[in-house]
This record gives sequence, structure tokens and C-alpha cells, in this order.
Amino acid sequence: MKQQSQKIVLLEIIWWLAWTCLQVFALNFAGFDWKISITDAVISNFILGLEGYSIILILKVYQPDKSKLYYLLIWSAALAGIYILLVEFALGIAFIGNITYLQFLDNTILLRFGVSFLMLAFISVLGWIWFYLQTQQRDESRKSDMERLSREAELYSLRQQLQPHFLFNSLNSINALIGTEPARARTMVQQLSDFFRGTLRRQDSHRVTLTEELDQLKLYLDIEKVRFGHRLQTEVFMDEKSIGMMIPSLLLQPVVENAIKFGLYDVTGDVLISIQAEVMGDDLRICVENPYDPETTSPSKGVGFGLSSIERRLYLLYGRNDLLTTENKNSTFKTCIHIPQTK
Amino acid sequence: MINVIIIDDEPLARSIVKEYLMAYPDMQVVQECGDGFEGVKAIAARQPDLIFLDIQMPKINGFEMLELVENQPSVIFTTAFDEYAMQAFETNAIDYLLKPFNQDRFDKAILKWKSRITKNEGLAPAFSESLRQPEERNRVVVKVGNAIKILPVHDIHYIEAYDDYVKIHTQDGYHLKKKTMNFFEKALDNNQFVRVHRSYIISLAQLTKIEMKEKESYVAKMKDGSVIPMSKTGYSRLKEVLGL
Repeated sequence: MKQQSQKIVLLEIIWWLAWTCLQVFALNFAGFDWKISITDAVISNFILGLEGYSIILILKVYQPDKSKLYYLLIWSAALAGIYILLVEFALGIAFIGNITYLQFLDNTILLRFGVSFLMLAFISVLGWIWFYLQTQQRDESRKSDMERLSREAELYSLRQQLQPHFLFNSLNSINALIGTEPARARTMVQQLSDFFRGTLRRQDSHRVTLTEELDQLKLYLDIEKVRFGHRLQTEVFMDEKSIGMMIPSLLLQPVVENAIKFGLYDVTGDVLISIQAEVMGDDLRICVENPYDPETTSPSKGVGFGLSSIERRLYLLYGRNDLLTTENKNSTFKTCIHIPQTK
Repeated sequence: MINVIIIDDEPLARSIVKEYLMAYPDMQVVQECGDGFEGVKAIAARQPDLIFLDIQMPKINGFEMLELVENQPSVIFTTAFDEYAMQAFETNAIDYLLKPFNQDRFDKAILKWKSRITKNEGLAPAFSESLRQPEERNRVVVKVGNAIKILPVHDIHYIEAYDDYVKIHTQDGYHLKKKTMNFFEKALDNNQFVRVHRSYIISLAQLTKIEMKEKESYVAKMKDGSVIPMSKTGYSRLKEVLGL
């Protein structure tokens, strides 16, 4: 980037030198001696060069919109005006008393204005295109960066959805059932397929009714119950008014999954997971309870209980950080999610 | 008869092991356990020749359970997690069966065990302890009489060498555990615990004062009032961690 802007300055200098030489020869051809020709050309082109450079500097910080490209012409015209004033002043002082030359200067003012205007307009348009292309290049690379990031996030969430450990443990249970209870093995294969189909079909952004979400959850719970046997018990309470309410798909399952993991691995003996859905004001509130051992675990710290990703998702969906709450008392850990109902 | 114990929190996972074991009339399942606590008791009571052990289980995991067992029998791990394989072999496990596994794979594990028993290599540690890199842990399991206690590391005041054991000092007195000081030095977070002496590891959270006893000889004073001697290298190690 820096090297390239150096290149553009170098180009401008070459261009400026060429143009100066041309003007020297033109003046000489018109009958002025070398001294006058060179002084005129150098002074006027020095001023023009400075103005051209200032245009580039302006364009560096501010590039007018495509629809406001006429700004470039206005700038060029204004700068050409300033150029004429400065040239008149400087050359007037330099050749004070040289009537022929001053006459010549006066006669060529319009021509000088026209040429300088065209030159400045040319520089500004070129500079504008230059910077426009660079901005576009930057935007493009940012866009591809963003796309790559979102692809990675998507892959990650897919992998998460597949839940390899859940899958392998379930397959292991099926493997055991095949020998002893083939009919139950078949049921479990069916449940597992339905569960994964349901998971893969849904997308993060989709909203489903609470009933649909609970149906998917039931598949999950049924599979877990086969795995853990009588140790795992579940109950679901659902306020009738909440039946048709909407919930982001697959939001509830990780909460329940977390409760099961937490409950089953923190307590020996039977574990009851309780899920309650109720209406609060206009909104839906779902609470999940699991037992834990207060002596060995401090759930208030919230670390390692996999709730942070749920919190993150709620934030991305609703822009709020207060939708997930937890409380723990009497060896029961309770996770509640509040789901705003948008119409 | 070869006595076998199966320790897994999923009943069906235990039943598949039992089913595969039916091919071996010389092996009998003497007990099934649903968690590590039961496992420790069953191993002490039955002295099995071989155990099948799950890793993720309620309360204490399979590795923690093994730490509590006095005469460790041969172990074959059965788990759906492949990320524990390295750690498993460091416990001198015979094999590591990834769920779900079939009879062929299971037979290979049994064969491996049998050849190890006949060659009598089963009891020699596969890795010397210094080579081991136990994962950094946030809790330690200890036995209190017949019960098992899970100590969060922040409850530990300091650890003291005691023959083949270490004394883990906490607010409620100390617990004995059959591990080396080197083990704990590696297993505990080096920013929270510092080995200030060949025989002492202290918790920085419990340290109140460093005092000079004699010239070039320092002691650490702890919140519970105990005074811990420090060696020269231990003292400089402590200074380094504290940023002095």
C-alpha cells in the first residue's frame, strides 16, 4: 500500500517533468529565449504540480461518491483559477518590465486556464479511480474473511449438533440390545434416526412452536432413558396457553442436555429432570431442574456447565444478556430461559 | 476362574461386555458397578483379576477411581471418548475399547491381557512416573475411612511428603494419598501451588508471610498457623512465582 502510493508520486513527477520540458520547447518555439522559457515553464508547472499533489492528498482521505463525481470537476476548476492567479502574480514579478512577455502572458491566460483545468481534472479522475479500486480490494478481502469465519462457525455448529459422544454411546446401547432385545434395538434405531433428522433439518435461525420443540426433545429424552435405564426420570409440565408459542429451534435441547449431564454425573442414584413451560406476561418461560451435590460442586460459578453457549445464542438472537438465569437451592439446580414473543 | 468386574454407568454398556464375555467360560463377572464409588468397594472386596472400566461416570471418573484402588487389577477401558487414550495407557491399561466395539475387537483385548499375564508384565508400570504428564486438575479424590471424598484443590492448604504417601492438609486435618510429591507438583497449577521444599508443596492462597529464620534460610507461614520450611531452590521458585 505504502509502496504503491510512492509509485504514484513518482509517476506524477515524471509526468510533471515531461510536461515542463514540452512547455519550455513550446515557449522557445514561440520566440522567447531559453531563460524566459525555462523560468515560465518551471514556475507554472511547479504550482500545477503542487496542486495536483494536493488533490491526491484530499482523495486519500475523502473520495466522493460515484454520484458526486462532478465534485472532481469543481475542485479542478477552482484549483485552475487559483493556479492562474498565482502564475500571474509570480511571473509578473519575475519578468517585471518585460512588456512583450507580459503581453504574451495576458494573451495566453485562457489557454493556460484550459490546459491546467484539463490536467487537474485528469489527475483527480485518475486518483479517484486508483483509490476506488483499492477500497474495493480491501472490501473484497474483508468480505472473504467474513465468509470464511461464518463458514467455520457453521461447521463448528454442525459438529456440535452431531454430538459424537451421544451418537457413539447410543450406538453402543443399540449394539447391546441387538443380542438381547432386537425389537427394542429397532425402536432405538428409529428414534435415533428421527432425532438426527430433526436436528439436521432445522437451522439456527428458525423458530418453531413449543410443541414441535418438545416433540424433538422427547426423542432425545427417550434415547437417554434407554441408555441410563431407571436412573434417569423426566417430567414435563406445560401451561396450556404456551402450546402455540414460538421458540428458536434446538434452544431447549442443550439446556436439558446440560441438566442431564450435570445431574447424572454429579449425583449417584436416580436423577429426576423436570421441565416446566409457563406463560409470563406475553412471553414464554421455560425452566429445567436437575439435582446436584452442593458439597462438591459450586454451580454458581457456571463454568463447565455448558450454559455459556446458550447464553451466547440468546444474545445473538435477541440482543439481550438477561434471558438466561440460574438458581440453586436444596441441591436442585434450576436453569430458566425467558423467550420474548415477537409478533 | 478369572474374576471380572464391570464398571460403567450405562446398564446396556455393561450388558454388552457381559455378552461378549460369554465366549470365555473361564471368566466370570463377579460384580457390576454403576459408578466409581461402588467400583472402589467392589475391587477391595472381590480382588478381581480384570476390570472393564468406563471413564465418564457419576461423581468420580474412571481415572480418579483407579487412584483410590490399592491393588490395581488389570484394566480395560471402555469409552466413547477417544481423547483419553493417551492418559489411559499411562495408567498401564491393557487396552482401550472405543464404544461401540464388536466381539472381534473385544477378543483382541482379552488376548492382549492373557499374553501380558503369562509374560507377567502386567504389574510393571509401562511409563515411569517422571515421564507422565498428568492433566492439570481442579480436584483430588481421597479416601476417608470407607468413604470417598472429593477435595476441590482450593481447599488444599499444603501437601507434605510422608513415606510412600503424601499428607494433603486441609481445614479439616489431613488426608493420606498414595502418590508422590512429583505427581502433585505436575498435577497442580504452578501458579497456585509451589514446591518450596523437597517435602512440601504450598498453596499460595494460604500463604500469609515469608520469614527469615536464619541467614539464607526462610520459612513460609500459612493461614492455619503452620510454618513450612523452605529450601534454597524452593525459596527462589516461590519468589519467581510471586514476581518478587
